[in-house]
Amino acid sequence: MNALDLINYWIAMMLLVTGLYIVIARGNLVKKLVGLSIFQTSVYLIYISPSKIIGGTAPIIAPGVELYSNPLPHVLILTAIVVGVATIALGLALVVRIHEAYGTIEEDEIHAQDQDGE
Amino acid sequence: MNAAGPAIALAIPAIGALLISLAGRWPNLREAITLTTALALLFVVGSLAPLVLAGERPSVTLFSMLPGMSIALTVEPLGMLFGLIASGLWIVNSIYSIGYMRGNNEKHQTRFYACFAIALTCAIGIAFAGNLLTLFLFYEALTISTYPLVAHKGDAATIRSARVYLGILLTTSIVLLLPAIIFTYIITGTLDFTPDGILAGKLDGPMVGLLLGLFVFGIGKAAVMPVHRWLPAAMVAPTPVSALLHAVAVVKAGVFTITKVIVYIFGVDFLFSQPSSGWLVYVAAFTIIAASVVALRQTNLKRLLAYSTVAQLSYVVMATAVLKPLSEIGAAIHMVAHAFGKITLFFAAGAIYTASKKTEITQLHGIARRMPWTMAAFTVGALSMIGVPPTAGFVSKWYILAGSFQADNYVALFTIIASTVLNAAYFLPIIFWAWFAKEDVPPAKPHGEAPAAIVVALTITAVLTLAFFFFNQPALQLEAQLVGRQK
Amino acid sequence: MIESNLPALQVVLPLVAAPLCVLLRRGSLAWLVTWSATWATAAISIAILLRVLDAGTISYTFGGWEPPWGIEYRVDIVNAFVLVLVSVIGAIIVPYARRSVGAEIRSEQHYLFWAAYLLCLTGLLGVAITGDAFNVFVFLEISSLATYILIACGQDRRALVASYQYLIMGTIGATFIVIGIGLLYLMTGTLNLADMAQRLSTMPLHRPQLAALAFLTVGISLKLALFPLHLWLPNAYAYAPSVSTAFLSATATKVAVYLLLRFSYSVFGQSHVIENISVEAVILALSVAAIFTASLVAIFQDDVKRMFAYSSVAQIGYITLGISLANQNGLTGGIVHMFNHAVAKGAIFMLLGCVALQIGQPLMAQMAGLAKRMPMTAAGLVVGGLSLIGVPGTVGFISKWYLVVAAIEKGWWWLAALVLISSMLAAIYVWRLIEVCYFREPSPELEAAGEAPLSMLIPAWVLVIGCIYFGLDATMTAGTAASAAQSLLEATR
Repeated sequence: MNALDLINYWIAMMLLVTGLYIVIARGNLVKKLVGLSIFQTSVYLIYISPSKIIGGTAPIIAPGVELYSNPLPHVLILTAIVVGVATIALGLALVVRIHEAYGTIEEDEIHAQDQDGE
Repeated sequence: MNAAGPAIALAIPAIGALLISLAGRWPNLREAITLTTALALLFVVGSLAPLVLAGERPSVTLFSMLPGMSIALTVEPLGMLFGLIASGLWIVNSIYSIGYMRGNNEKHQTRFYACFAIALTCAIGIAFAGNLLTLFLFYEALTISTYPLVAHKGDAATIRSARVYLGILLTTSIVLLLPAIIFTYIITGTLDFTPDGILAGKLDGPMVGLLLGLFVFGIGKAAVMPVHRWLPAAMVAPTPVSALLHAVAVVKAGVFTITKVIVYIFGVDFLFSQPSSGWLVYVAAFTIIAASVVALRQTNLKRLLAYSTVAQLSYVVMATAVLKPLSEIGAAIHMVAHAFGKITLFFAAGAIYTASKKTEITQLHGIARRMPWTMAAFTVGALSMIGVPPTAGFVSKWYILAGSFQADNYVALFTIIASTVLNAAYFLPIIFWAWFAKEDVPPAKPHGEAPAAIVVALTITAVLTLAFFFFNQPALQLEAQLVGRQK
Repeated sequence: MIESNLPALQVVLPLVAAPLCVLLRRGSLAWLVTWSATWATAAISIAILLRVLDAGTISYTFGGWEPPWGIEYRVDIVNAFVLVLVSVIGAIIVPYARRSVGAEIRSEQHYLFWAAYLLCLTGLLGVAITGDAFNVFVFLEISSLATYILIACGQDRRALVASYQYLIMGTIGATFIVIGIGLLYLMTGTLNLADMAQRLSTMPLHRPQLAALAFLTVGISLKLALFPLHLWLPNAYAYAPSVSTAFLSATATKVAVYLLLRFSYSVFGQSHVIENISVEAVILALSVAAIFTASLVAIFQDDVKRMFAYSSVAQIGYITLGISLANQNGLTGGIVHMFNHAVAKGAIFMLLGCVALQIGQPLMAQMAGLAKRMPMTAAGLVVGGLSLIGVPGTVGFISKWYLVVAAIEKGWWWLAALVLISSMLAAIYVWRLIEVCYFREPSPELEAAGEAPLSMLIPAWVLVIGCIYFGLDATMTAGTAASAAQSLLEATR
């Protein structure tokens, strides 16, 4: 087993950490959502990677085929992608409303306005 | 009547409170309801007395709170006596309240009468509690229902004092008393009051003393030093509250709970056999002496009475802690004697305030000429505190002294004698100056006695104080049952 | 027919009612639909609980596919209890909400609000009822997305920011949960929770199992707002519409607590993972920290809703404390406190909604003299507050009793002392409010105000009376919680 065997997981972990970093470090609300999206995508890879079996085919019973890939994770991730899309859509809708209410989408400026308001 | 009696007794003031708050718009109706409720309560409680004297223990389970633990009422001699004092003096106090609250044009009178009735419900609940859980439930409810009464005036200083009142009572009960109860429950599996106690054989050594400590200091209402500070703080309340609650119902609930825990949870014999419980006599003795010395230095009349109450409460605690049959009787009787005497003193203080707005001791020179009835009653109450015959205080002191002799407990003996001297030292000058000195400055508005309702009330309690010296047999018989079971 | 399909109807009914609300497009009709759907849901949940108490665990298979291949709904006494809690509170709030929503949300959005409310309920019930790990995630996200909407409906613009913050943190939490579930799937090859538990019990320890437990615990802790992952909660509760706050505080965090129970006891209970890592010690420390920090912060809040939001963080600490004690009484205390806190906090936030109807956002200064103008509201707040302190005769006392008994049984006197001392912190912030309500002259805002309408007061007072009733007679709640705790403990080694 060499390091390259696990390359899928390395990439997934890098995406995961990158996404989290963006969410935490960026003050722009849209960029935060981008980070969140990257973070979620990494999870898709974690699921999909192990379900692909080298040499396996789609799980349709056919004569002469012995090795199938596992279809279940793909189905799960389809669901997860839908959830992810819905989350980002709702998040962006909120950002639009926040922009209407505050005139900015920078976190520190919003914070400053709330402080003044009190 | 047998089983339902205690439940009815509990329901009457509760219903009264509801009716009072509904009748808020019509003062006359509201006060009529108060008086009717008080009379009905005394009637029901009084009708239980012959049963208890005959050896019955009317009991009823209201509902089960947790699996295996229930809210239950059982009437036994000690609780019977407490219930009788509380309900009996409520009538007198209601008469007095009407005079006082109207005389001083107090605000929020509906809240006052309603909370008073709730407090009485709680007091009856404590008196008739059949297990420690029920007692704790009503104990806490009493704290909370008296809070609005203490904070009645509603200005900043009053609310500060009310905070002290609630803070100390709630903290001690939740942080010390509750773990004591839970610990008792864990090691015995029950919380029922049982005539010979439930802890014998379950606990030994220093843990007994520790648990006793959790109980004694957790029951902050008994005002054993150093958890006594709430009582002087509570004196910001209107005088009827100080009189009935902080001389009778609340503070007696405290010492009553301690007595009940010692007799029915620890068991007198068990505790006597445990050397680690000996500290209680010393702490009570210290409280008696220290509170009397502090009382000596007070200039405000109600605060003086408060510290005197602190000392007198520890009489009961000390008498209980002597752990001899005669002293247990003395403890029970002293609850009655002190109740009659102290309520008279507070009534008098309230009468003086209503008539002349005077609150300080130094202002009282020569006041007896303007208010002879009031000061006569005051004198009777003060003599009872000192323990001079023919007043109630003498009877109980006699039994406590006898019990101390029985136990060869010289600390208790010395404390009683010393505190008698101290009591005399702070009461007698007031009486002397009131009767024989001349007024320093004549009051701007000449005044006579307080309103009739007030005078009637304080006369009744003064007469009761005297009468108890002569007619104390029923009470003694009742409490003889308390120790009769313990050989 | 209907009876055997109750577990499915439990979730399907509100799920179908939600798009119906959108189609009807009329606020009042949508409210009527919500009303019928929630009360029917509540009735179903009670029927399920009775059946579970009577006949034991119910297993429902979708489409006749046998578990572990098909999706299974599995109801034992633990989640039957949670289902009743969520759906009954969800139903009681709806009649109350008519006036409150009418005042706080623009009328053209009413039907959307009700759709979101029903979806949120669907998600919460789904999380509680399902026996499939991935289903948990899907339902969790349904409820979360609906929750973000419910919060963002608040009048104050800060509600939008609070909702956004919660969206970010909630999504991170949910994603952590998916990672945990994914790792478990990799290790066990199954998504059925019961099957997973069984396979884990025979499996030697691998590192991914540890990682799965860690991801799940952190993810769920974010959802249940365990200190220090609670940062989203105070603002979300403070600026959300009153109805949303009442509903979410009573139900959402409780369902997350259920998830924690399910994973740490039922799934990992027999595995080798739990022997090698002491999650309990960590949760215990965090719970105590939550109780003290959040109570202290609550004392200094001027916005009453925010104050009680911090109080929620502290009260959740009591629940997780009970879970971390991991003995019969501790677990009973934790589970019964889920119910007790839901009733008390639900009542408090509903009554604050009554105040909000009359004067807007309830700040401490504006609530001065509340007792004079709105006596029933103020009295209800007192009862709810006493319950938070844990005064005997209220529900809070029952929970504290079990927690202290559990701590003393373990010989942890210090913990018993900490639990009781923390009640005094609750007493301080509750009393601050009581003094303001009862001993001040009415504020200018309150001067003209009167008591809230009966349609709001009655549902709120149902919960207030529940606070007292279940405090005096807890045989039902504590009894159910005790058997739930027993069934969870039996599943562990």
